[in-house]
Amino acid sequence: MNDMTPTREQREAALEGMGCKRKRVEDVRFTQGKGQYVDDLKLPGMVFGDFVRSPYPHAKITKIDATEALKIPGVIAVLTAEDLKGVNLAWMPTLAGDVQMVLADGKVLYQNQEVAFVVAEDRYIADDAIQLVEVEYEELPVLVDPFKSMEPDAPVLRPDLEGKTEGAHGPRKHHNHIFNWEVGDKDETAKAFAEADVTINEMISYHRTHPSPLETCQCVASMDKVKGELTVWGTFQAPHVIRTVASLLSTIPEHKIHVIAPDIGGGFGNKVGAYPGYICSIVASIVTGVPVKWVEDRMENLSTTSFARDYHMTTEIAAKSDGTVTGLKVHVLADHGGFDACADPSKWPAGFFNIVTGSYDFPAAHLSVDGVYTNKAPGGVAYRCSFRVTEAAYCIERAMDVLAQKLGMDPADLRMKNFVKADQFPYQSALGWEYDSGDYHTAMQKAMDTIGYRELRAEQKAKQEAFKRGETREIMGIGVSFFTEIVGAGPSKNCDILGVAMFDSAEIRVHPTGSVISRMGTKSQGQGHETTWAQIIATEIGIPAADIMVEEGNTDTAPYGLGTYGSRSTPVAGAAIALAARKIRNKAQMIAAHMLEVSEYDLEWDIDGFQVKGNPEARKSMKEIAWAAYHAPPPNMEPGLEAVSYYDPPNMTYPFGAYFCVMDIDVDTGVATTRRFYALDDCGTRINPMIIEGQVHGGLTEAFAIAMGQEIRYDETGNVLGASFMDFFIPTAVETPHWETDHTVTPSPHHPIGAKGVGESPNVGGVPAFSNAVNDAFQFLGSTHIQMPHDSWRIWKAAKDLGAHG
Amino acid sequence: MIPGEFTYHRPSSVAEAVAILVSHGDEARPLSGGHSLIPMMKLRMAAPEHLVDLGGIADLKGISEDGGTITIGCMTTQHELIGSDLLADKLPIVRETSLLIADPQIRYMGTLGGNVANGDPGNDMPGLMQCLNATYVLTGPDGDRDVAARDFYEAAYFTALAPEEILTAVKIPVPPAGHGYAYEKLKRKVGDYATAAAAVVLTMNGGTVSSCSVALTNVADTPLYAADASTILTGSTLDDATVKNAVAAAEAITDPASDGRGPAEYRTKMAGIMMQRALARAAERASA
Ligand SMILES: Cc1cc2nc3c(=O)[nH]c(=O)nc-3n(C[C@H](O)[C@H](O)[C@H](O)COP(=O)(O)OP(=O)(O)OC[C@H]3O[C@@H](n4cnc5c(N)ncnc54)[C@H](O)[C@@H]3O)c2cc1C
Repeated sequence: MNDMTPTREQREAALEGMGCKRKRVEDVRFTQGKGQYVDDLKLPGMVFGDFVRSPYPHAKITKIDATEALKIPGVIAVLTAEDLKGVNLAWMPTLAGDVQMVLADGKVLYQNQEVAFVVAEDRYIADDAIQLVEVEYEELPVLVDPFKSMEPDAPVLRPDLEGKTEGAHGPRKHHNHIFNWEVGDKDETAKAFAEADVTINEMISYHRTHPSPLETCQCVASMDKVKGELTVWGTFQAPHVIRTVASLLSTIPEHKIHVIAPDIGGGFGNKVGAYPGYICSIVASIVTGVPVKWVEDRMENLSTTSFARDYHMTTEIAAKSDGTVTGLKVHVLADHGGFDACADPSKWPAGFFNIVTGSYDFPAAHLSVDGVYTNKAPGGVAYRCSFRVTEAAYCIERAMDVLAQKLGMDPADLRMKNFVKADQFPYQSALGWEYDSGDYHTAMQKAMDTIGYRELRAEQKAKQEAFKRGETREIMGIGVSFFTEIVGAGPSKNCDILGVAMFDSAEIRVHPTGSVISRMGTKSQGQGHETTWAQIIATEIGIPAADIMVEEGNTDTAPYGLGTYGSRSTPVAGAAIALAARKIRNKAQMIAAHMLEVSEYDLEWDIDGFQVKGNPEARKSMKEIAWAAYHAPPPNMEPGLEAVSYYDPPNMTYPFGAYFCVMDIDVDTGVATTRRFYALDDCGTRINPMIIEGQVHGGLTEAFAIAMGQEIRYDETGNVLGASFMDFFIPTAVETPHWETDHTVTPSPHHPIGAKGVGESPNVGGVPAFSNAVNDAFQFLGSTHIQMPHDSWRIWKAAKDLGAHG
Repeated sequence: MIPGEFTYHRPSSVAEAVAILVSHGDEARPLSGGHSLIPMMKLRMAAPEHLVDLGGIADLKGISEDGGTITIGCMTTQHELIGSDLLADKLPIVRETSLLIADPQIRYMGTLGGNVANGDPGNDMPGLMQCLNATYVLTGPDGDRDVAARDFYEAAYFTALAPEEILTAVKIPVPPAGHGYAYEKLKRKVGDYATAAAAVVLTMNGGTVSSCSVALTNVADTPLYAADASTILTGSTLDDATVKNAVAAAEAITDPASDGRGPAEYRTKMAGIMMQRALARAAERASA
């Protein structure tokens, strides 16, 4: 071999394929301010839409008068529900089987609800006009507390549903009741509780919060009346679904609708659903014939588009005195606000909350979820978690700590005792899931050893004694969390969105010179798909990732897919990519055989080409094969080198992890300081370790925010509080703890490359780790459960109630 | 998040600025760093028709000392307060407090004049100025008048400032060399206004407090000079019983709002804790 011939290692490295810490290619434009976001779009003649919003949380609307607003020069139109009725768009279907007002139709159900849409030549004029639209309201009694929603005399929020005893998910038992969802074996579970040595019962609330991406929701709608074509650029996590919905609602044929999601500045679930802003912009463009832009401001984003959580989970565990768990019973009261606009696959009114048995081998479990209406904004999206999985993980992880306390057992030991064992996989859970793979004991042990768990417990004990002696005003908490996620929605047998099965897709085209363009049905909002998708292809077909361009978000060019949320991109589209690449490799093998004049069975794949078995000198690189595919394909073979793959996953994937949080708390101020946070993640095969680490850092930062104070609050009269970044807690680099990350690798057995998805794990596992740390700190003073969020005043209040202030 | 329409003025002298204010009365507002006023305008909680930008008036910047008094021009930014050697030497508490205001970007823009003239109880400088017994120079059509910081604040956003006046300078008597000082601020995150904060300046003589001044931030609709607490502490050795009394006296004058930072009860207690911690740090720093 001559010196210039690259070694196998060099060829491998040149690919920057799977396992490589490749730098994110999209960051070249993002870090230079060269991203192209919706609001960067400027079209000739473009006008702006903005909303008149309700100051009242519950009121009848008796009059809307736009006369004065329309007098302002530059104001083009003011749309109300009456106008939308003309095109049958005053209401729209939600992903959860409910209907939602686009513009207030006779009444409003939450503060800041969209009442009228002002269209004007610029944003300033639109905002001036908003002040002049006169709306007459008649206030109605307000329902804020979900626990009061089903009282007999509770105000009727939805007169449109009057007399409807059947909802999208079965019978409704009250005028403010949306659904009841039951899973599991009630009798078996009751038996477990009857026979239990020890039981616990705790109402664990997960407060309302919001995904709050950096970029708010926005769109530009442009109707070309001559061609009869509609183009919508928008902040869409699922552009294809948006196109289908737009076609169904507008009756414009789907091929005449072009939906384009350009660069997106974060989504976290906020950009899955369809919002009044999109519909109104489309209608306004149809009416005016010019492009209409709508951009939410921060307060509108926080107070109206898609909250998350608001689950109130009464949780009971039955156990033997040695700590073996025997039964789990959970009832959830789910506050959905004025409309059920939850972003769940159609059949799942509470998402995958039935993952609530977590990482533990519960022989029996029963779950019941009741959804109710209140005078709050709709939403219920999965904020950086698979559908309702973060709620489930918080519920079980908090409850396991409560059980450990009651048993006088160490919470880590209790978990170890009850974990599903490595040899039990695939594991059938009591609430109906089949966990694909896991090795929980190994992960937990590694985490405990790395963080020095036993030493920390000893230190904590010494500190507690010192506190009792009055030598310190600081206490210490150790938060343990071991989560199992369920991601990759999902198999067509149980997942669809408005009837469309939740597959995903990839198309790969290899050009004659051996470079590649590939397109997927997913849509990155910052996850780094342009980098990682290319790495999968690079490894699969031996073309350097640098020569592979990844494009997403344009429904005209990308194959149909269900989008990016619920950590589904790698489990679903990632599989489609690998399979499309393998189709290409198969064809390449035939071409190489023709070129080398051997049978294709005599060839073997080696990094970036095919070689003759036993004679590696006789080889053709993928680059050479690509040229041949266009230049001299084998006789009787179609030229070209392209493939498309649609992937319907056989199962979900089940990432897991062990997280530990060490926290010091100043009892006098309630200020909690995270001393250490260790996160061990197992997401199966690791495509790009650096991106995984980045995802974990981001998700942990969100988890920290949520657990320690991030909240959408309402006062008793329904005013939404904290809907600005002054109050809504977004930690800066100063507040954010230092993250220690680690991993184990347990590949998914059913996924083509064994990968599981990781983007949401840190949010799911992080919240219970923080909350358990706070709770753990106060246990020795007699506390069993302190509700989130754990901002300073609430921690101080808990300390005070426990008598810690003397 | 879009302000109403306004006319922008950029005068080059104080006289010119005052003349514009006089001609538009209530409809005009001075603009300094804009980091309180512009957010209010975007929320349309303020809708001035004329903005009088003081940024073009060179005379309004600068820090100087003359006969035991330090004078700071109203357009001096918080960033400049932090960088001043004179302040670091003579009034280090100004630097300490400035560093606790918002973040560097805001401090590049926000001015001392805007901070004290704003009348928002959340601002940190008013409490500090009361602690230091500073005097504000207000310049109007009839010339200058002095108002003590301790007399300036009437209620949230209501001050002794008349619509046609500009707060042109702040005069601070230099505390004795060797004085102890501390500004303690409890906040939820960087960039947040105080849940409660306390400013303490004191002098010690052989373990006894010979003078003491305490003020509180954001625990009432104005900054609070804690006169009784200051009196109780003066002459004491900062023994536990006296400190407890003084804290109780300070807590008694608070009347905080309940908001996202916490209920009133919490914020009152935090005022006490911040004061206690500021006292301890100030005493440690004071030379005996
Ligand atoms: C995110 C954020 C966080 C912040 N956090 C803090 C904090 O923790 N602590 C704190 O103290 N401040 C904080 N601020 C406020 C900041 O310090 C402001 O800069 C300051 O309050 C006002 O100064 P300014 O120069 O920006 O005044 P402007 O905003 O220009 O003016 C404020 C008000 O004072 C009037 N005014 C201004 N100058 C004069 C003058 N010379 N004479 C008469 N009237 C005048 C204006 O008409 C206006 O009514 C924060 C601001 C932001 C945006």
